[in-house]
Amino acid sequence: MSATAVTVPRREVLEKLTPVLTKRWLSPDAWRIDVYERLDGYAALRKALAAHPDALIQLIKDSGLRGRGGAGFPTGLKWGFIPQNDGKPHYLVVNADEGEPGTCKDLPLMMHDPHSLVEGVIIAAYAIRADRAYIYIRGEAVHAARRLRNAVKEAYAAGYLGRNILGSGFDLDLVVHSGAGAYICGEETALLDSLEGFRGQPRLRPPFPATHGLYASPTVVNNVGTISSVPYIVLGGAAWWKTMGTEKSSGPMIYSLSGRIANPGQYECSLGITLRELIELAGGMQPGHSLRFWTPGGSSTPLLTAEHLDVPLDFEGVAAAGSILGTTATQIFSDQDCPVYATYRWLEFYYHESCGKCTPCREGNYWMVRVYRRILSGQGTYEDLDTLLDTCDNILGRAFCGLGDGATSPVTSSLKYFKQDYLDYIEGRTAPKLSDKALVGAH
Amino acid sequence: MADVVKAGSNGVETVTLTIDGVEVTAPKGALLIRVAEQLGIEIPRFCDHPLLAPAGACRQCLVEVEGQRKPVASCTQTVADGMVVKTQLTSPVAKKAQAGIMELLLINHPLDCPMCDKGGECPLQNQAMSTGRTDTRFHDHKREYPKPVAISTQVLLDRERCVLCQRCTRFSDEIAGDRFIDLMDRSAAEQIGVYRDDAFSGDHPRSAIDEPGYEQETAEPGDEPFNSYFSGNTVQICPVGALTGTQYRFRARPFDLVSSPSVCEHCSAGCAQRTDHRRGKVMRRLAGDDPAVNEEWNCDKGRWGFRYATASDRITNPMVRREDGELHEASWSEALEMAAEGLRNARDGAYGVGVLTGGRLTVEDAYAYAKFARVALRTNDIDFRARPLSNEEADFLGSTVVGGTDVTYADVDAASAAVVVGLEPEEECPILFLRLRKAYRKGGFAVTAVAPFLSRGFTKLDAALVEAVPGGEADLLRDDPRVAETLRAPGALLIVGERLATVPGGLSAAAELAARTGAKLAWVPRRAGDRGAVDAGCLPNLLPGGRPVIEATARAELAGIWDLEAGIIPSRPGRSTDQMVADAAVGRLGALVVAGVDPADLADPRLAEQALDNVGFLVSLEVRRSAVSRRADVVFPVAPVVEKAGSFVDWEGRLRTFDRVLTTTAMTDARVLDAIAAQLGVALGTGDVNAVRRELGGLPATRADRIEPPRVSGIGAARPGDGEAVLATWHHLIDLSRLLEGDEYLAGTARVPVVRLGKVLAERLGVAEGDPVTVGTERGALTLPAAITELPDGVVWVPTNSPGATVRRTLGVTAGAVVKVSAGAPAGPILASGGSR
Ligand SMILES: Cc1cc2nc3c(=O)[nH]c(=O)nc-3n(C[C@H](O)[C@H](O)[C@H](O)COP(=O)(O)O)c2cc1C
Ligand code: SF4
Ligand code: SF4
Ligand code: SF4
Ligand code: FES
Repeated sequence: MSATAVTVPRREVLEKLTPVLTKRWLSPDAWRIDVYERLDGYAALRKALAAHPDALIQLIKDSGLRGRGGAGFPTGLKWGFIPQNDGKPHYLVVNADEGEPGTCKDLPLMMHDPHSLVEGVIIAAYAIRADRAYIYIRGEAVHAARRLRNAVKEAYAAGYLGRNILGSGFDLDLVVHSGAGAYICGEETALLDSLEGFRGQPRLRPPFPATHGLYASPTVVNNVGTISSVPYIVLGGAAWWKTMGTEKSSGPMIYSLSGRIANPGQYECSLGITLRELIELAGGMQPGHSLRFWTPGGSSTPLLTAEHLDVPLDFEGVAAAGSILGTTATQIFSDQDCPVYATYRWLEFYYHESCGKCTPCREGNYWMVRVYRRILSGQGTYEDLDTLLDTCDNILGRAFCGLGDGATSPVTSSLKYFKQDYLDYIEGRTAPKLSDKALVGAH
Repeated sequence: MADVVKAGSNGVETVTLTIDGVEVTAPKGALLIRVAEQLGIEIPRFCDHPLLAPAGACRQCLVEVEGQRKPVASCTQTVADGMVVKTQLTSPVAKKAQAGIMELLLINHPLDCPMCDKGGECPLQNQAMSTGRTDTRFHDHKREYPKPVAISTQVLLDRERCVLCQRCTRFSDEIAGDRFIDLMDRSAAEQIGVYRDDAFSGDHPRSAIDEPGYEQETAEPGDEPFNSYFSGNTVQICPVGALTGTQYRFRARPFDLVSSPSVCEHCSAGCAQRTDHRRGKVMRRLAGDDPAVNEEWNCDKGRWGFRYATASDRITNPMVRREDGELHEASWSEALEMAAEGLRNARDGAYGVGVLTGGRLTVEDAYAYAKFARVALRTNDIDFRARPLSNEEADFLGSTVVGGTDVTYADVDAASAAVVVGLEPEEECPILFLRLRKAYRKGGFAVTAVAPFLSRGFTKLDAALVEAVPGGEADLLRDDPRVAETLRAPGALLIVGERLATVPGGLSAAAELAARTGAKLAWVPRRAGDRGAVDAGCLPNLLPGGRPVIEATARAELAGIWDLEAGIIPSRPGRSTDQMVADAAVGRLGALVVAGVDPADLADPRLAEQALDNVGFLVSLEVRRSAVSRRADVVFPVAPVVEKAGSFVDWEGRLRTFDRVLTTTAMTDARVLDAIAAQLGVALGTGDVNAVRRELGGLPATRADRIEPPRVSGIGAARPGDGEAVLATWHHLIDLSRLLEGDEYLAGTARVPVVRLGKVLAERLGVAEGDPVTVGTERGALTLPAAITELPDGVVWVPTNSPGATVRRTLGVTAGAVVKVSAGAPAGPILASGGSR
């Protein structure tokens, strides 16, 4: 893509926008219950409560909705795993921890349209027969938590939460719980431990949350985007939902664009749009920049390059290109950005956020960060590059949870596409970016 | 094809899989790492421990499983039918994965082996040899920490060595139930720590996690130290040298030590242990591995309480009291002659000789005393009970306990319910406590405590409380419907402690209740030698092998075996410890032979000392100078447990035999008695431990009738008046016991002595938590800080023998007595302080 001035998107590209979850974002005060109700709010709930819970699970299965938290697991299938008539309490937990670098779709949703999430929670809880639900929200997101708590209060007052909701006989309590700001607490089992008041570290699976989740009871954990999709599917039907997206990746998706583009932000499009089109929607690259590398779905997904501008951004398309759709957080970097330095910064993040439970992630990230610091201060060796790749090989698929795996993505992919940039540091062609102060004590 | 279990045997469902090309059948649900082990395939591991729940944290045990995208942690993977597994032996992927983890574990591990306590027995060192690289690729700075962190007085932590396997925290949480250590922080700064005030209040200097020397100072006020009776196990299972015992740290290298199997001499749990020694000196003790008894655990008392045997007051030569009234070292022949003469005179005199054996003898030594009393001294005046007791108890032991092996640890594992009365398992029999906790954690097992309150130990068993005012237990056992209902369940256990002897009617009611409900009954004494002494006949009403003194058949059987003329064994029961003490105090006992008994343990220590002063002649067989030896006419040194062979009989009735660990010239009690007997013209035949074992093992079952179970009725709890309360008391595990002297690190983890009292009483007295409260009797008073506890109104609890709380000596009473309670310290001089010896 060329480094030209801000462009106006063409009409056929503009038509690719499919605002569903984002449709109220520009309506003033949509976060207030009265405004929300005027804009179709809580209509899906009334419809859902008239249906049998199993019918709702079937509906979600039929819609092909896949989790928006990064792994893309079929949501209806997940709900169907919850054992019924087991005499245990069931829980619905919404994952609003949104910690993946580059990802910024859940927080704006909760800011602009918190009731859509609350409505989704009530319907989902009804479907899985949970009478208690939690929204686990990132600790730093105080503004969004406030909005959400206000929405929950309003929903209680309006009789959408509490006892005998809308006379249906269904009871539900919803608690908004603020985490303490750890990326790992977005991993669903660590989230559950944290919610129970323990140190957030991933749990051994099996048993899975579907049978032994919160307080060892059947639990569904879903992303904010997943749950917020539910009311639309209930109102519009599975067939309508499937008019968007591709066969295996149905529906609309919020793409969070950041970096060297003219208009960063959230663009909700059918799954399967390309980065070329997204950049056009965002007004093109920033003046003077041309695309060099990008993440399709947050920093845990291997980098792609300008070669991949036409890869369809759905679960299958990105996988075929050697990466992962993840959270559709496209961070866009230009020819003025250094892939080695960017990788180093990401790695500092993983190193800092590693929970420490397992050896490969805890120690591997410690080591790789130090190798990067050395390379970036002009003291790298050729051997370091092999060490990095081999260490990634020792982490990927060996770590206890996805955090460790994710940390290797930027390293291996940047070495794959931009090895020369590394060699330039090692061979002294690129000036050091870090001073050797970072290396005090190294030998 | 290898069968780890025979398919279909005892109904275990099995699966068949292949590991490294070998087909194997294993129980369904078994962990891959265990099944491989049984094939002789050793997969390296750190976090895995067979007695802890799987964690999958270290990732060292990765193997390849066909059809799985990624290598699989074999310590968390259960076996499945048709599974095809390749370990490091046949899979390059597994081999590489394991080598990779090992490399990562070592990047931050110091090159400390030459000065690390674990070096030479270190799983990390060993597995680095088998699985690691020969050279490092790590050229950067290793993580550093100030060292060490004292997580208790006993246990030190060198964080830079820790591989964060979480064995220690999982043990503390799962097995002991003491969550005092936990993982703190995260990433590469993740570390084991105790709870610290300042870590949460924010004004503590902290640097970024990736800076070397991340701050965490050693113990500070406000810290919550590692408060557990089982903390030593964490040192033992730590797979590196991160956790060390203060007592052993830097004292020896494993390869210089000789390891001998041994048995713990402290409580009646019967723990197998390993004693490591170097050049005749014990350096440390570890839990032995005995799945039927202590599994792989022990308690801190057993692990660290062994310095008493090398205390400076050890007696090495016989001593006799000469004309100057002082004890002087003497030759064996002189001492033996003197002892024999004194004992002969007393035996043939008006009041006879009594024998007090205490609860610390091996069953072989106990048997020697039992035989010595009957054959050489011609008396039944022998009693092992060195604590408050009752005649009802003697009948209970003779009717219901002696020779029995009805209840075992395995029965606890399999039990559906247990009612515990007169016993605090965590304080008085720690490994039984761990078994109860294991059963509780497994589920389908409920504990009911008949006690004045739910102690911390019972809380960790999630026990239901049947609230008992001391003295009222007998009535509860007889009448309480909850207790009877619980015990009627199949597989229910009634577990009674020795303290129930102090409740009139308590043991009668227990025996009757067990008979009525069909529950199995277990008697759990506090000391390692107690149960063996019952079986060996160290009771006034019981001869060896459960033979009642009063039964002619029983006496005749023994006379036959011992080759005695009829009539030598007296036909009337002898005097109990209390009766001997009372008689001796007023000059009605010709002589006493006393083994390791501390008069401070007896019901009335002051009276006991009077007895020792006034008895006609006193022979003491002792390891160390004591309140008895100081008053004796003849003192014989005897061997501590580590210097002799013998056996204890644990509370189950299981024989726990051990060999001599250290070879010294010290002699067993049995051998000394044999020599005294020889001077008296009696061939006792106890000079050699093997001979004693043969004789004891060869005793045929008796044909005599058993003693009838006691039928004493309860008298109910006392009713305290104004300013009074009923006393509840039991021993802390770590207290002023003579066997714990010299182990100051261990003493540092003793529970803090307090007076426990209920809210109502506290309000009436106007005391708040921590305020001084005085508990007194006519004899004296003791003052301790108040701990407000859910106790019945009108009951106070104090520890029996802890610093500042020597109940028997200071108050002259025991549980069930009425005591005075007041706020603050008593006016005038404080009467009570730590035990005087
Ligand atoms: C390290 C890590 C961090 C994660 N963080 C988040 C997060 O912030 N939000 C989220 O929804 N899912 C996160 N996930 C994914 C969750 O574990 C889980 O798959 C998701 O919440 C399931 O919801 P979904 O099926 O609706 O996508 C994370 C996973 C890992 C391994
Ligand atoms: S990969 Fe391991 S150390 Fe990293 S976050 Fe997951 S469990 Fe924790
Ligand atoms: S201290 Fe030892 S047992 Fe505890 S986590 Fe560290 S290495 Fe494991
Ligand atoms: S439980 Fe008893 S036998 Fe076992 S180590 Fe402790 S004191 Fe010794
Ligand atoms: S031994 Fe299996 S992961 Fe630690």
